[in-house]
Amino acid sequence: MIAYPARRIAIAIVTLVLASIVVFTMLEIVPGDPARIMLGMNASAEQVAQLRHQMGLDAPLLLRYLHWTGGLLKLDFGQSYTYSVPVIDLVAERMAVSLPLALIALALSTIIAIPVGLYSASRRGGTGDTIAMGTAQLGVAVPNFWFALLLIYLFAVWLHWVPAGGFPGWDAGIGLALKSLALPALALALPQAAILARVARSALIEVLSEDYIRTARAKGIPRRAVLWRHALRNAMIPVLTIMGLQFAFLLAGTIIIENVFYLPGLGRLVFQAINQRDLIVVKSVVMLLVAIVIVVNLLVDLSYALVDPRLRGRP
Amino acid sequence: MTLHASLLGDRSASLLRRALSNRSFVIGLVIAVAVAAVALISYVWTPYDVTRLVIADRTRPPSLAHWFGTDHFGRDILSMIMVGARNSIAVALVAVGIGMGIGVPLGCLAAARGGMLDEAVMRLNDLVFAFPALLSAIMITAVFGPGALNAIIAIGIFNIPVFARVARAGALSIWPREFILAARTAGKGKILITIEHILPNIATLLLVQGSIQFALGILAEAGLSYVGLGAQPPMPSWGRMLFDAQTRMTVAPWMAMFPGMAIAITVLGFNLLGDGLADILDPRSRRRQ
Amino acid sequence: MSLLEIDNLSLNIGDQPILKDIDISVAPGEIMGLVGESGSGKSLTALTIMQLLPFGAHTTGRVTLGGIDILATDEERMCLLRGKEVGMVFQEPMTALNPLKTIGEQVAEGIRWHNRASRAEAEEQARIMLDRVGLPAEKFPLSRYPHELSGGQRQRVVIAIACALKPKLLIADEPTTALDVVLQVQILDLLRDLVTENRMGLLLISHDLAVVTEMTDRITILRRGEVLEAGKTAETLSRQRHPYTRQLAQASMHVPQRPVSPAQEKNHTPLLVVESLTRDYPGSRTAWLRHGEPLRAVDNVSFSMLAGQSTALVGRSGCGKSTLARMILALDRPSAGTIRFRDETITDKREHELKLARRGMQAVFQDPYGSFDPRQKVERLVTEPLHLLEKAPSRTERRNMAEDALAEVGLIPSDLDKYPHEFSGGQRQRLSIARAIITRPKLVVADEPVSALDVSIRAQILDLLADLNSRLGIAYLFITHDLTVARAITDDVMVMHAGRIVERGATKEILDHPQSEAAQALVAAAPDLHRALARKLQEQG
Repeated sequence: MIAYPARRIAIAIVTLVLASIVVFTMLEIVPGDPARIMLGMNASAEQVAQLRHQMGLDAPLLLRYLHWTGGLLKLDFGQSYTYSVPVIDLVAERMAVSLPLALIALALSTIIAIPVGLYSASRRGGTGDTIAMGTAQLGVAVPNFWFALLLIYLFAVWLHWVPAGGFPGWDAGIGLALKSLALPALALALPQAAILARVARSALIEVLSEDYIRTARAKGIPRRAVLWRHALRNAMIPVLTIMGLQFAFLLAGTIIIENVFYLPGLGRLVFQAINQRDLIVVKSVVMLLVAIVIVVNLLVDLSYALVDPRLRGRP
Repeated sequence: MTLHASLLGDRSASLLRRALSNRSFVIGLVIAVAVAAVALISYVWTPYDVTRLVIADRTRPPSLAHWFGTDHFGRDILSMIMVGARNSIAVALVAVGIGMGIGVPLGCLAAARGGMLDEAVMRLNDLVFAFPALLSAIMITAVFGPGALNAIIAIGIFNIPVFARVARAGALSIWPREFILAARTAGKGKILITIEHILPNIATLLLVQGSIQFALGILAEAGLSYVGLGAQPPMPSWGRMLFDAQTRMTVAPWMAMFPGMAIAITVLGFNLLGDGLADILDPRSRRRQ
Repeated sequence: MSLLEIDNLSLNIGDQPILKDIDISVAPGEIMGLVGESGSGKSLTALTIMQLLPFGAHTTGRVTLGGIDILATDEERMCLLRGKEVGMVFQEPMTALNPLKTIGEQVAEGIRWHNRASRAEAEEQARIMLDRVGLPAEKFPLSRYPHELSGGQRQRVVIAIACALKPKLLIADEPTTALDVVLQVQILDLLRDLVTENRMGLLLISHDLAVVTEMTDRITILRRGEVLEAGKTAETLSRQRHPYTRQLAQASMHVPQRPVSPAQEKNHTPLLVVESLTRDYPGSRTAWLRHGEPLRAVDNVSFSMLAGQSTALVGRSGCGKSTLARMILALDRPSAGTIRFRDETITDKREHELKLARRGMQAVFQDPYGSFDPRQKVERLVTEPLHLLEKAPSRTERRNMAEDALAEVGLIPSDLDKYPHEFSGGQRQRLSIARAIITRPKLVVADEPVSALDVSIRAQILDLLADLNSRLGIAYLFITHDLTVARAITDDVMVMHAGRIVERGATKEILDHPQSEAAQALVAAAPDLHRALARKLQEQG
């Protein structure tokens, strides 16, 4: 049974290739000539043709696809049409904001959600459970960008604890940078935490009704200890699945939230690029995010094998 | 076993009683019906005309004349929320329709056939799952320019693998049951069995998922129109209203309050409806009571 | 003094009474049998002693274990008793173990918890215990996970967990019901030995009178939450003072009247001919695109059946008998070999070409609950095979045929408008039979059709099947692991082992004088109330 990890990796690679084909084809059918856009309407047909040749736009479709994906593997995303700098530089600069934001939000939502889920499951039907799950129900319904607006109103406009938006850059000091990421991370994390807490609770409750929980109780292990020793790990599988899916939503959420807080992340980059028809940037950012989603889901799949011995071979 | 069968087969009278005694379901249903009613009423009547800009009345706080206040163009926010409900509901509904219409047949087919076809459908699912609705919307907008249709397509596409998975998992749990073997010994083919036995038995699962995806659709549409990838002005939409409110948070907080609440309440309603339905229809939930 | 003393125990869940004034006692070293049909409250009695009752349960009366009043003991003190003073073995070994923990951890857990033993000490004791239940560490290291063990082996682990701390009382709730007969004997022997070794009291819960008779010193018969009769096993079952006891005992030994054995009314053309049938399943994947050794479920099987003949196919679980049945029913395709039904080869046909064969061949399944679509009414369910007719019958024709079929199995026309959940298990099995005979088939393949039923219902269904066999001349291929059933209703027996048919002959001949090793093991292991009672009478005088 070495098959499981190998199979998951193979599937992830196939998905990546298919996704790159989708992204490439989508953005190939765009009307408008990038060379023309870069040179402006006054350029002569010759100039345009020359640039097209330079950019490799006159090559056959398949060749261009291979060239593009080959570049991706070497982290060469091409040149931005509007900024005339390598896309990778633009992306790397913006990633330094978006990725920490998404990761902080993920960590925050996990730290909040798992204890709440555990608490609720162990006191199912009690007052604490009812309050926690009522709040979670509300949390799931609140759009994160609206929640962000409320946070700004409360903490920035009213209490003046943190800036309402903007990002000083990591060079300004970690503390300052983190401070300006605090509200965006909170806005992203809380609605996600609500979802995760609900999943964790129902997964635990499901597991607690299994026969082997009764076996453990029949050994004389108290309820609380059974919850920790037997239920938690078994409930991890659905929780991990949701965390994997959540990461995709967090990335998407990041793009939206950056607009609320005027953060110079991938989201702002991609919207500017759409407006300026800088399609190579759009293509690169989308591909990058899709790749991250696929890799994260692969990691989740692989982590199942760590949790569940049925998925791993005997050493 | 006894329980399982008797619950699945439980019929109208007791089902209705159970439904009406389920708090989540009742609250959810009331909210859902109210939101739908508001959207429908907006076609024949709104307090003010949302296409008329009355600059003299701009950014007025809530009052008797304008219950939810006015926006920076002097438009009545209550009226805009009413008209915006149409857009939200339409997008979410069509997106669920796309997801179910394509995802359910795919999932059922994958479960019925198995083998390579199943593998292909699952891989296709993986692929679509890698494109959150926002990324699809970004690509579609980059290609075709902005528009309300983009949101529908992007959210709808993301719904396909969701429903395909639910349908496939549900169907796979029904296929090995003995009543399916009985149907096969009665000479029924896979398509007929799927229509006669599989679909009715997974309908409740799909219904529950449908209400969840509907709620998610409302949220996603709001997000997309907030960043300008959904409905375009002057068509009022809840997400767009929040975008307009953002820069005026300090002077006109009501502009952000009410559309946000509209979204939250609608999503809450459909989530409660889904929870309630799951509770009522899931045979195991009754065992817990 | 008794080890376990239950006096006037009543149990309600919500406002529903489950147990009424139960009295049971178990002495040290004694095996007490708790017998009853489904719904009699046996399992909840066990859970009361463990204090693991579901939410909303309310008990009154007195339950003492070694002098401690359990109903008055709080949860914290109860935790000290569970595992240490009283252990429990459950029915379903496949789900009773935590899939993510090794068997060593699971056996050692209770030892560490109660004795505050170090990990190494606890593991040493776990090793000894696992060795004692027949899982020696050389072959079954402590690091095994449950999914690496078979059902019988898992049940041994569950027993090791329950007995790890040598509790004074062991409760076993249908410990062998999910296992085949050969494993059943092994597990029961193990339980008996453990009881003698440690002078444990054992409360053995079972629906199977033969098992209880073999194992127990005394029995308590439970019906609808009430004790009907209790006493020494041999005496209680032989005197049969209470009519229900007699009914149970008779139903357990029931043999249907079969007026003329239809196989003797010769019809020499074979109905079903199976020739060198083989079915391989691909082995589990060992690597990307590579499969392990294929698994041969059915291995070169050949046999034939005559019209009207009732043949049993017996064998241990996993021997391939269900796979064989599915291939005969054309629900699964063989890897090699042919099946001919009424001179028509069915193994190379496509689904739409099978209509004729399917009309002549129907099935009755094991699970009376799972074999009906819960969302359809009986009329639709019973008439489903009419799909096989060349000309679709009209509405009234369908209705008439359905009414006839129901009448054949002893149900009334108004039952057609009900949903399956409105019927009891036995009635559903009648519906299942009605569905099978609606096309007037020549062969009915029945896969364990009575093994999910209580004994009294089982006797009725066997009668019905025997009756249909003689009246309608239907041949049966009867798949069962239960030799009593085979003896009751079949002319011929085929014994299957590891995918092959190892013995075939007249039922009585084979059951009385089995030749092959597989058949001998089955016969020796088959619980038999007559035999068990005779032995017990000798023991108990």
